[in-house]
Order: sequence, then structure tokens, then C-alpha cells
Amino acid sequence: MTTETTEVAKDLSAAQRQELLRQMILIRTFEAAILREYHADKSPGFDIGKGLIPGEMHLSAGQEPVAAGLCAHLESGDALTATHRPHHLAIAKGMNLRALAGEIFGRESGLGHGRGGHMHLFDPATHFSCSGIVAEGFPAALGQAFAFQRAGTRNIAVAVAGEGAANAGPFHECLNLAALWKLPVIFVIEDNDWGISVHRSASTSVPSNAVRAAGYGMPGVRVENNDVEAVHAAVGEAVVRARAGNGPSLIEIHTLRLWGHFEGDAQGYRPELAEVPDRDPIPAYEKQLRDAGILTDADLAEMTAWAGTQVDDAVEHAKAAPTPNPAEALKYVFVEGAQS
Amino acid sequence: MSISTSAAAAAQMSLPVEPDAGSRRLNTAKALQEAIGSQMEKDPSVFVMGEDVAAYGGIFSSTTGLLERFGPERIIDTPISETAFIGLGIGAAVEGMRPIVELMFVDFFGVCMDQIYNHMAKIHYESGGNVRVPMVLMTAVGGGYSDGAQHSQTLWGTFAHLPGMKVVVPSNPYDAKGLMTAAIQSDDPVVYMFHKGVMGLAWMAKNKRSIGAVPEEDYVVPIGKAKVVREGTDVSIVTLSLSVHHSLDVAEKLEEEGINVEVLDLRSLVPLDREAVIATAAKTGRVIVVDEDYQSFGLSGEIAATITEHDPALLKHFSRVCVPDVPIPYAHELEYAVLPTAARIEAAVRKAATA
Repeated sequence: MTTETTEVAKDLSAAQRQELLRQMILIRTFEAAILREYHADKSPGFDIGKGLIPGEMHLSAGQEPVAAGLCAHLESGDALTATHRPHHLAIAKGMNLRALAGEIFGRESGLGHGRGGHMHLFDPATHFSCSGIVAEGFPAALGQAFAFQRAGTRNIAVAVAGEGAANAGPFHECLNLAALWKLPVIFVIEDNDWGISVHRSASTSVPSNAVRAAGYGMPGVRVENNDVEAVHAAVGEAVVRARAGNGPSLIEIHTLRLWGHFEGDAQGYRPELAEVPDRDPIPAYEKQLRDAGILTDADLAEMTAWAGTQVDDAVEHAKAAPTPNPAEALKYVFVEGAQS
Repeated sequence: MSISTSAAAAAQMSLPVEPDAGSRRLNTAKALQEAIGSQMEKDPSVFVMGEDVAAYGGIFSSTTGLLERFGPERIIDTPISETAFIGLGIGAAVEGMRPIVELMFVDFFGVCMDQIYNHMAKIHYESGGNVRVPMVLMTAVGGGYSDGAQHSQTLWGTFAHLPGMKVVVPSNPYDAKGLMTAAIQSDDPVVYMFHKGVMGLAWMAKNKRSIGAVPEEDYVVPIGKAKVVREGTDVSIVTLSLSVHHSLDVAEKLEEEGINVEVLDLRSLVPLDREAVIATAAKTGRVIVVDEDYQSFGLSGEIAATITEHDPALLKHFSRVCVPDVPIPYAHELEYAVLPTAARIEAAVRKAATA
């Protein structure tokens, strides 16, 4: 049941291809802004707990093709569970950028009013959530899919995690259960080669996690080359299958971690470090669209300006928002005013 | 912090009234099944999921008869994949369903605790109140029948220690029904821990207190409300679950000797009814905590802290009858050497009464 899907989809319109690029540019612009703000006041030296954005910061630059190609198929009522590196997927899923930035800055205006942080984003409007624990975001997606199935809706759930998560127990429990109950779920593995500093060749017994799908009786495909249109094609098939009630699929996407595992990671363990910027998927896709005659300088300038406006607004809004009231640190442990 | 105080006050004011028990008698298992069945009839979003909950009816009879009434779409057997199906319950709850998920033995939490304490218990807080997880995690606890170190623990102190989940521990049929009804209706995640020894199972030691009067109608026992199950003036026993039964047995016996024992059944650990604990301590000045959980770093220490933080002068005596810090032994003689038996409770009361 395992096949290689690297062929570029033939049926994407020029507008769809431009939209994929637009999403990727928006994500990169957002991540670049967070990178800038994160490091703006960590000096002298590097104090991880200091500054406007404190704490660990896992940015998704390089993985934009996964988010853009995947979320192009999703409706707001579809669920998506992500990981400790969630921004690209949150943005492509349609999360309000002010609420996202507000949470990253730890402000009252954030999605979780500053209780969650960038690894713990929960957005009922887009049915988006993420978990900071590797592989533990899979089970909730099953439950969301179960609820959609029981409600008789056409909605589906997508569980996204890194290639390291495919070696953890929850991945295997969830593939079995989803296939057994024919749940409308898509499992997406973002293979960026690195589990922090451990290369996938040192962690994973098979060259492609897609082959593991066969062990659970579901289709598995691997998308090579961080190709947004190939992602779009592979996900499209899985979405059709899930919405039709034919059960789950597994898709592994070979993507790229353009920056460190987290900010402050010097990446000394990464032998190919010097060549990484050459593999940036965004300039590559721009060139592809220019060569195809569907992207002009003016188009690109407009997209870049649009993304800049969106992101600047979100960041400025977050920085101007009030910080949470320390006297309310215990608020939200339980539902207030609820029976018992 | 002011917020918690005002929230607690508001909760106190709105506590539902517990109805008279009436004369119909059920065992705890049947009372629990009745609560689940009744809520399932009223609310189509309620379903039960777990290992052997369907045709078997739950290894400890928590779901007997429900498959026949509600069918396999709502009484659902799962693979032995606790992380997957507990997490599935969380996801379904997030989308508005009300799952009752059974973890067959609480001892099995080791294979799925991340879903419980990092997800079920934290999502509401991390989301700033935007996402609710109205789920019941139902689990069997306790020993006394030689099931060994991995199938005999209570572990409620472990769950109660971790913020974000309510923890209820009924000791009798009336509370079992009312607390399960409250748990299903709660918008917070609730861990519902029933002791195998209070269920009235035909294949365990007979326990007269596992059968009691239960109203036919639906009612709620408020989560977070303890109950004085026996009034007394000399010594207070603060306890829960099967140990309530042993404590009542001891209290009845010592009454004949003129030792007057009060027994407080906590019923909930989260929230803990600290006012009730302080009230009984103030009344007798002599407090014994009887707890089938491990002694150190747990419930018994929390009770002591609750009283002494309120008023260090309240206590003339404090002691505890718990499981010492040892894995639960297999051999009957060894297991009963570490469990909080009636004999150990009686000795503690006699000592306290002369303090």
C-alpha cells in the first residue's frame, strides 16, 4: 500500500499556486518577526527567560510547504493537532494572528490569556491545538475525529508530528485504533531529519515512516523534496478518503528545519549546516512559479507587503496588550461557576 | 488569592441538596451503573469507553447491563491502548461530547499518565478557559484480595496532587450514584475512583456496607463536599473509600466502651472540603487519618497541614493509619500487615482517646 508520491499535481490553478506561496510567505514573515523580537532583548549574553518573549522558542522556518499544502484542503471545522513547533500550522489553519502573537508574548490578549505559551495553543475557532510532549498530540485528534464521525459531519482531524514522534508509543497505538474504527484522521509526519540533535538515521529503523502504515492497514506515502505541490496532492487524496468515511492515511513529508531546534541552538551537530540556506523552499517555489509564468515582481511585492502588514499588526497589537494580572494566576484551573 | 476564595464561596452557596435515601437498597456497582445509564438516556453525548466495558460489563461491574441498553455505538470496548483511548476521550470532550473512560485499574496509569495530567488536566488552564474537557476518568482502586503490587494501589494522592482534575472517591451506593451523576454533568475533568471492596461484588469478601439505600430519581452529591457519617465527640477519623467502612465498624465497637468516635467521609479529594476537616478537628481535638494510600507525601500529610495552617492549637492528638511506604505485598498475611485494617484503626483510636 506504500507508494512514492513526488509527482507534481497537474490540476492546481494559477490562483491556487499563488495562494500556496502567499501562505508560505505569511508564515515566514511571522516567524522572522518572532525571531527578531525574541532575540531583541536577550543580551548581554543569552538569557532564555529574559525579554519580551521568554522561554523556549521553536520556529518553523523551512517547514512552510507542509502547512500550506496541508491546510489548503482543510475547513475551519476540521481539527488539527500540532507539536512544540506549531506556528506554521496554526497560521495556515487560519488562526487569528493577534491572538497567536499575544500568546507568544504572554499577554492577556493571547489565545490562552498567557497561560499556555507558544507550545500550548488552543483555538476553538479553528479546532487547532498542540502539545509540547512528543507524539502525545495524536490521541486528541482521534477523539475529535470520533466526535465528527458521531455527529455525522464531513469534518476530519489531522494529527501532525515530527519524525521523532513516529518512534514513540502513542503513534502506534493511534494508528491501530484509527484504522480499526475507520476514523476520519490523517497522520502527517514532518520529517525534518533532526530530533533535536539526533539524525533520523540514528533513530528510525526504516528509511521511510510511510512503510509503517502497512502495519496498520492504511495507505502510506512519503513526499520528497519539501515540495508544496506534492504535499497538496498527497494530502488531497487522504482528505477525500477520510471525508468519504474510508478511514485514516499516513503521509510523511521530507521537509527542512531551516533554523535550530530552538532559538539559541548553535547546531554544531549538523554537518550540512552551511548548505541549509540553499534548500530554503520559498525562493525555490518563487522561481518555480516565475518559470511557469504565473508570478511577477509585482505579485511578489504585493504578497510580501500584505504579509508584512498582517504580521506587523499582530506583533504591535501583542506588544501593546496588557500583561496578565498576577492576582489571577489561579484563574482557569477549573471552570468557574460550573455545577459542583 | 481573592479569586479562589470568591469562587469557593459561590460554589458553596449553590450546592445542590442531597435527597433522602429512601428504602430501596442497591449495591454500589448497581448504583454506579444506574447513574451512568440514566445520564446516557438524558444526554446523547455521553458514552462509555474502555477495556472490557461492553460484553463483560467492566471487570469490576461498573458498566454491567449498559451494552444491552445502549448498544456498541455508546458502550465501546477498546484495544489495550490506554494512551490512545484516554486521549481519544479528551479529543471527543473538547468537541463537546461527555465521555466516561474507564482505566481498568488505577495502577495502569503509568502507561498513559501524560494524557491524564499533561492534557486532560491542563487544557482548560492553558487555553485560558476557552476549551473545556468534560470527561470522566473512571478507575478501580484498592487492595485486600492478594492482587499484588501492580493491581492493589489506590494512588488517589498522586492524582489529587496534580492540578486541573477533580478527584472523587465514593464509599457507598448513595454517594456512588450521586457523585457519578455530578461527574458526568461537570464541565471539568473528573477522576472517579471506586474501591473494588465497596462495589458489592459477589466474588470478593462480603461487605454489608456495600449495600445501601439509593433514591430512584437522579440526584447530585456535590463534588468537594465531605460528610460526617457518624457523629462523635472524643476522636475524629478523617477517611475515605473502603476505610470508611472499617472506621465505622471500629466506631460502633468502641461505642460500647464509651469511646465516642466521629467519622468524616471526605468523598472528594479535589476540591478538598477543608472546612469539614477543620470543623471535626475543632470538635474533638484528636484526629486520625485513615488512608489506604501510601503514607508519605500524600493525603494524610495534607490533612495535618490543613488543620495546623488554620490553627496549630486545635490538635491535642494527630496520627495516621496508612499504607507504609512499601509496595503492596502479595501474601495475605503480609498484605494485611500493611493495609489500614480495623485492628490498626482500633489501636490508633484507643491511643488517641487517652491523649
